[in-house]
Amino acid sequence: MTIKISAEAFDPYQEIQAYQNAKTGNIGAIGATSIFIGTMRDFNEGAAVKGMTLEYYPGMTEKQLKKIITEAQQQWPIIDSLVIHRVGDILPNETIVLVAVWSSHRGDAFDASRYIMEALKSKAPFWKKEHLVTENERWLAHNTNGYKPR
Amino acid sequence: MSIKVRYFASLKESVGRSEDDLTITGLLTVNEVWNLTNLGKPLPENILAAVNMEYVEFDNIVKDGDEVAFFPPVTGG
Repeated sequence: MTIKISAEAFDPYQEIQAYQNAKTGNIGAIGATSIFIGTMRDFNEGAAVKGMTLEYYPGMTEKQLKKIITEAQQQWPIIDSLVIHRVGDILPNETIVLVAVWSSHRGDAFDASRYIMEALKSKAPFWKKEHLVTENERWLAHNTNGYKPR
Repeated sequence: MSIKVRYFASLKESVGRSEDDLTITGLLTVNEVWNLTNLGKPLPENILAAVNMEYVEFDNIVKDGDEVAFFPPVTGG
């Protein structure tokens, strides 16, 4: 399990490749990798967005992410996992979050990565403030439940 | 006893500060910590609380040296 909070833009594909390459001890055991990448849009709730600032609670954010991943490990046989989340000033098309889960079988990889992502959305202390094209700013009020049909 | 109180995101902006140091005697609940640091100002709707970086209910008891945090619903990911 690796958790990173990044104040700098990162390339999720390079991060995944480098992390998997370093896991030489698991060669042969990995049969499935499930990846979720969240990217910043330039629109939200009917407004054009030019950027956003992501605040977090140093210490608690890492603690809650570790708890979420541990819960996932207790439910599914995970070989390894990597979670990276941006903080600070973010521009459209930059990656906000990466969740990657390595397992022997696809069902476990899919289910565990979904669990981690949905729990992160509802429990990990991050807060987004959007900077609109109109120069207004607004804090997002809450996240939606990803399991609920839109 | 001494307690650190922290505020985040939109709540930090509405209270106008990021933290308070509270000196008290006796046991307090999280809700009483809010009332003491914010002079009885009603807690905005939907605010969450944590003690020592774990989510708690507002009737949770706070001890000497604890860090209490108040913040709005999380919006990461």
